[in-house]
Amino acid sequence: MLAFILRRLLQSVVVLAVVGVIAFSMFRFAGDPVNQIVGVDTPVSERAEIRRNLGLDDSVAVQAARYAANVLRGDFGISYQFRQPVSHLLAERMPATLELALCATIFALVVGILMGVYCALHRETALAKLFLAISLAGVSLPTFLIGILLIFLFSVTLGWLPSFGRGDTVRLGWWTTGFLTVSGLRALILPSITLGLFQMTLIMRLVRAEMLEVLRADYIRFARARGLTTRSIHVGHALKNTLVPVITIAGLQLGSVIAFSIITETVFQWPGMGLLFVQAVQNVDIPIMAAYLLLVAAIFVAINLAVDVLYTIVDPRLRLAGRTA
Amino acid sequence: MSALAATPSRWARFLDSDVFASFRRSKLAMAALAVTVLFFALAIAAPWISPQNPYDPAELDLINSNLPPIWSAEGQAPFLIGTDDQGRDVLSAVFYGLRLSLVVGLLGVLVSGGLGLALGLIAGYFGGLVDTVIMRVADVQLTFPAILIALVVDGVAKAAAGGGLDTNATIGLIVVSIGLSFWVQYARTVRSSVMVEKNKDYVQAGRLIGLSSPVIMVRHVLPNVLGPVFVIATINLALAIITEATLSFLGTGLPETMPSLGTLIRTGNRFLFSGEWWIVAFPGLALAGLVLAINLLGDWLRDALNPKLQ
Amino acid sequence: MTEPVLSVRDLRVEFATRRGILKAIDGVSFDIARGEILGVVGESGAGKSVTGAAVIGLIDPPGRISGGEIRLGGERIDDLPPERLRRIRGRRIGMIFQDPLTSLNPLYRIGRQIIETVQTHTDLSARAARTRAIDLLAEVGIPAPERRIDGYPHEFSGGMRQRVVIALALAAEPELIIADEPTTALDVSVQAQIITLLKRLGRDHGTAVMLITHDMGVIAEAADRVAVMYSGRIAEIGPVRAVVGDPLHPYAKGLMGAIPTLTQETGRLAQIPGAMPRLTAIPAGCAFNPRCPKVFDRCRVERPDPIPVGGHRVACHLYDRAEVAA
Repeated sequence: MLAFILRRLLQSVVVLAVVGVIAFSMFRFAGDPVNQIVGVDTPVSERAEIRRNLGLDDSVAVQAARYAANVLRGDFGISYQFRQPVSHLLAERMPATLELALCATIFALVVGILMGVYCALHRETALAKLFLAISLAGVSLPTFLIGILLIFLFSVTLGWLPSFGRGDTVRLGWWTTGFLTVSGLRALILPSITLGLFQMTLIMRLVRAEMLEVLRADYIRFARARGLTTRSIHVGHALKNTLVPVITIAGLQLGSVIAFSIITETVFQWPGMGLLFVQAVQNVDIPIMAAYLLLVAAIFVAINLAVDVLYTIVDPRLRLAGRTA
Repeated sequence: MSALAATPSRWARFLDSDVFASFRRSKLAMAALAVTVLFFALAIAAPWISPQNPYDPAELDLINSNLPPIWSAEGQAPFLIGTDDQGRDVLSAVFYGLRLSLVVGLLGVLVSGGLGLALGLIAGYFGGLVDTVIMRVADVQLTFPAILIALVVDGVAKAAAGGGLDTNATIGLIVVSIGLSFWVQYARTVRSSVMVEKNKDYVQAGRLIGLSSPVIMVRHVLPNVLGPVFVIATINLALAIITEATLSFLGTGLPETMPSLGTLIRTGNRFLFSGEWWIVAFPGLALAGLVLAINLLGDWLRDALNPKLQ
Repeated sequence: MTEPVLSVRDLRVEFATRRGILKAIDGVSFDIARGEILGVVGESGAGKSVTGAAVIGLIDPPGRISGGEIRLGGERIDDLPPERLRRIRGRRIGMIFQDPLTSLNPLYRIGRQIIETVQTHTDLSARAARTRAIDLLAEVGIPAPERRIDGYPHEFSGGMRQRVVIALALAAEPELIIADEPTTALDVSVQAQIITLLKRLGRDHGTAVMLITHDMGVIAEAADRVAVMYSGRIAEIGPVRAVVGDPLHPYAKGLMGAIPTLTQETGRLAQIPGAMPRLTAIPAGCAFNPRCPKVFDRCRVERPDPIPVGGHRVACHLYDRAEVAA
């Protein structure tokens, strides 16, 4: 068990290191950083000065080491666009993205599992077929199109919900939250659905397939032969066994929810890290791009680890044996 | 017996096959194929059936800007489904946009498929260090959603080029971004098939009679992995089209002077609140229909070719 | 004579498929008395397991019981509404499946699974149910049951798991236990222990046992009476000594010829040529006629009904008085 987690930890470090190398290469080699900072009419001597100050004259190895050291201290450099430390910019926008991702994940999990279980238990009903049709659309349609459709329906036509921004937020230390105001909560609804819909359909299809599989299992038949109630068979036995693989996938999906928020944040002008990243790509602001990439990788790795640990807690078979990777 | 007899018999065999039978049973698959074919036909025929060339600024007239569809009171011929803020005919723009989206999507699939196939064959056939390196890179890449990779590749390339890419270079860049984002699945599938195939007798026999590794791989192993690759390619075509549309929507794809469906939606999105819904609605419908149809086709194909998967 | 625990009369089970209706069970009748073990043998697909599932009411769509009746302690149970049937399952009829590896839910401690079953069918408190669970585990021969009760299924060996499964089937002291291939998935050395356990439990509690197996050795060892099934019908039924020692039906003869015995010197086991017909293609008349060494014209047109011969009942025209007289 401990060995298993240590091994995963090592793999995580390798992944982060690879992404770090990519981030550094982007930082250093994609375009000339000096050109991004100075104006067109800056004299050559001044450019050389800046160059030296940035340490660009040092060897690549030294620069890489310095970059790594800076990153570990939370220093991702200065944004070309905003002339501010990237770490400040990201920290400022992180609460918006994390709150959105959290709501989207909860939406995806709750609705996805409910719909999936319903579809598995009532396979032939019209409602189950409707759910499947919705899931097909959810998997197929691009996120931004769904967002636009929701805005058109609920903001433009019905005027029920806001179409952009976070609404009013409350500052709690360095964190800003939209959970404590009505307008903040209302502003969360459409973006959360847009962001969570893809994951929801995935979870729904997965739960349905897993549950159908589990319902065919011998221990379900044996539970029926022992006269257990339908309810305790479905909820007590089938659902728990279904959720074991679902946890893995859903957990791993949480990471992509954060990354996918790039699109949703653009559609809803949500002031989060994703919007910052898109603006960085549009304006070729490499330090932000590199930092965002590293951050997403770190979040992914952390989630993967958490899922592995959770998995061993839920499934007793893995607790003793550990898993063969 | 003769080559002449062989050709029709292959066609007859296809008509008699399980795949074809399953296709005829599935109304959804037939509808999806019909819609896909229709979209391809519209895309190919765009220059001849469009009332206007939306890429030619000389044909645009600001007097015609923001006209609603023809069935509204202010609608005007020949603009069947209205015009945008530049006076561009939305129908023509959708046809041309469809053409661009499909071209970029197909090229993207070609690049990612080619890359994945090559890397998968190499990794599977040679094994060892080569295999480890390729598959580790694949693992790391799988941690990130494709759209993020595409955005990064796009951003880095623009930084390296220092701005000022012309339209063709932009298209090339998007194709490469898509290619680099989607190769992993092909590589994994091909690699595992190769690992299975390479221990079979016929490959060993090929070695014994002195065939070189590339010849064995291409001539003997490749045909065996084409089925799954084709299924992945179909599903990836929808993904590639979505990726291009998303890049364009995010403003890092095709420019407004040469709009794809995604660019059209990006433009139209600005007019949602002022009531000009048609500018975004029709490109959106076209994109949704195209992607849905290809996805349905891909789903069906996967089920038909691999009955073991549900 | 006391009433049998289980009485099955002219049972029919059908499966609706795309290619029409398949008759999986076609007119099966038998009784099992208190404390008696009835062995049901036949090749796979003969309808043994379907018969067991029908008795306990676990035939799932597209299958259905299409005729006949099943009585448990004199009460008809085949036409009960699902909820009443559920209360009988586990309470009055216990069931043991073939594979102990997959019969237990891997995510729950075995104690929880037993207690859950006990509490479904009795009013025992949680504490009393736990005590009962420990007693049950002790009775089926699990060593140190008060400790093992908190183990997970994967911590038990195959034979021990099958004991847990038996404990589960016994949880509410049922009158009848249906054991569907209870030893097939086990090591040979463990098989005998499980059979001994089943016999002992049947004797101690007066439980009737329907022992489904394709293993004639198990039947000879454990059963009091035996029913030989072929293509959804009973070919021959009678006391185990008579049917094994002196089978009458040509199929039963073939089957007994296929048992290895230590005294046999020929070294070759007899084989029945051919294979059992699929349900889609059961021949007219006697289902066994294409493979029967003694087939004659009547077998190809008229289906034989079971007729009493000595202590047996045999569904074969060879033993019809008219034929014997002719």
